[in-house]
Amino acid sequence: MGKNMQNLKFSKTHEWIEVDGDYALIGISDYAQHHLGEVVFVDLPNIGDVFQKDEEFGAVESVKAASDLMLPVAGEIIEINEKLNDEPNLLNSSCYDNYIVKIKIIDINEIKDLMNDGEYEQYCKKEK
Amino acid sequence: MILLEKTVLYDIHQSLNAKIAEYAGFLMPIEYAGIVIEHNAVRNDAGIFDVSHMGEIKITGLEAEKFVDYLVTNKVLGAEKNRVIYAMLVQEDGGIIDDLFVYKLAEDEILLVVNAANIEKDYKWIIEHKDNYKVNIKNVSDVWGEVALQGPKSSMIFEEYTKLSTNDFKFMTYKKMLINGTDFIVSRSGYTGEDGFEIYGKNADIKRIFEDLVYKYNVVPCGLGSRDTLRFEASLPLYGHEMSTTINPFEAGMGFAVKLDKEDFIGKKALLKVKEEGLKRKLIGIELIEKNIPRAGYLLYKDDVCIGEVTTGYLSISLDKPIALGLIRADCANIDSEIYVAIRKKMVKAKIISRQFYQKNYKR
Repeated sequence: MGKNMQNLKFSKTHEWIEVDGDYALIGISDYAQHHLGEVVFVDLPNIGDVFQKDEEFGAVESVKAASDLMLPVAGEIIEINEKLNDEPNLLNSSCYDNYIVKIKIIDINEIKDLMNDGEYEQYCKKEK
Repeated sequence: MILLEKTVLYDIHQSLNAKIAEYAGFLMPIEYAGIVIEHNAVRNDAGIFDVSHMGEIKITGLEAEKFVDYLVTNKVLGAEKNRVIYAMLVQEDGGIIDDLFVYKLAEDEILLVVNAANIEKDYKWIIEHKDNYKVNIKNVSDVWGEVALQGPKSSMIFEEYTKLSTNDFKFMTYKKMLINGTDFIVSRSGYTGEDGFEIYGKNADIKRIFEDLVYKYNVVPCGLGSRDTLRFEASLPLYGHEMSTTINPFEAGMGFAVKLDKEDFIGKKALLKVKEEGLKRKLIGIELIEKNIPRAGYLLYKDDVCIGEVTTGYLSISLDKPIALGLIRADCANIDSEIYVAIRKKMVKAKIISRQFYQKNYKR
């Protein structure tokens, strides 16, 4: 189990993205899940919805608060992780093995703006 | 630079690994083991809260009782001595300045317990309205600490700890008690919907009680996170959410604490008028029909028209459903009627329900 972290890119709003050709999986980082606390609800978008880069496409919610999810690159939702409806805290126990949505990427060039694993780690240190 | 205040228990919160954040100018514990664990401890067993951030204002003098009766909405003059009086301070226009507890400690000595966020505002307001009353007004918030022991097992724990009986100790009454040789004011009251005790004393003494109960009696320390989920389920209002200077006591559903038959009090005229003209807005309960979580500030719609907003909302821990309190137009406030909550980009279907979400377990 476990993802090869080298294949992931990260956004400043703490989403990870794993690109596979024209498609990508998107989830939240370990830093994000830790910060949120126990996730009690994930508000998922509908299949077919299209979002711009950095547009809010849903939310992860703890007891106390809702945190918006932002799409790291523009895309169309082609799959949602329905397991999260019943077990939202999978995002706590194993955030890299549980994606939130799968998208069809609109412009692959937008990936370039994102951070790699090492850069993201540095970024999180600064956030603290 | 604004310096954040710490309660006398700050070091203990740190050693208990609490998640600490700013609340009303104080560095307060939000959670220790987790909001859900703490919430359930209070519902099923017992928990203890540091609420030393609450403000205490003392009114002394020959006309103390008369003055407080004029200041607040509820009846103080002639009220039973040992009763805890819940009341509000309101503006001349009826808007709520704060909600508070009134303790008549003696003929000429009254203690007001106010919200942390409102201490300065209340104190100033009270001084400004002293007029010719023969009273002294003193903000003793820095000297007084407070802890709240809450939950169905709190009386058992309290008796064991104090070696005092609680049999004749009714909810919403208070006593001056000597606990292990030290004087405290103990109020059988709380902010959770459960039985419990709110204990007031000097800072050092309050620290000892908290330490004893947590370390020797294994009472679960609870933070402001669970304090809010608990008070919400019991439909108890929080200033800044269900109450503000633009909301009057009747709109907030607190009419029981307004005594319009009193001779006079600040705001009486305006509140009489509200009563005469009827309510324009009302605090209601909301339950989502579709899965989501309603949060404070989300707007409420009926037939595409905005009719109000959510004041507090959660995925209720004890009831396991998404519910909220909301302030809406009174003509839309019928139970069972369908409304919509605007959540991010969606309109989520909901219905209006009774505000009595959770059945309170008080010892009457």
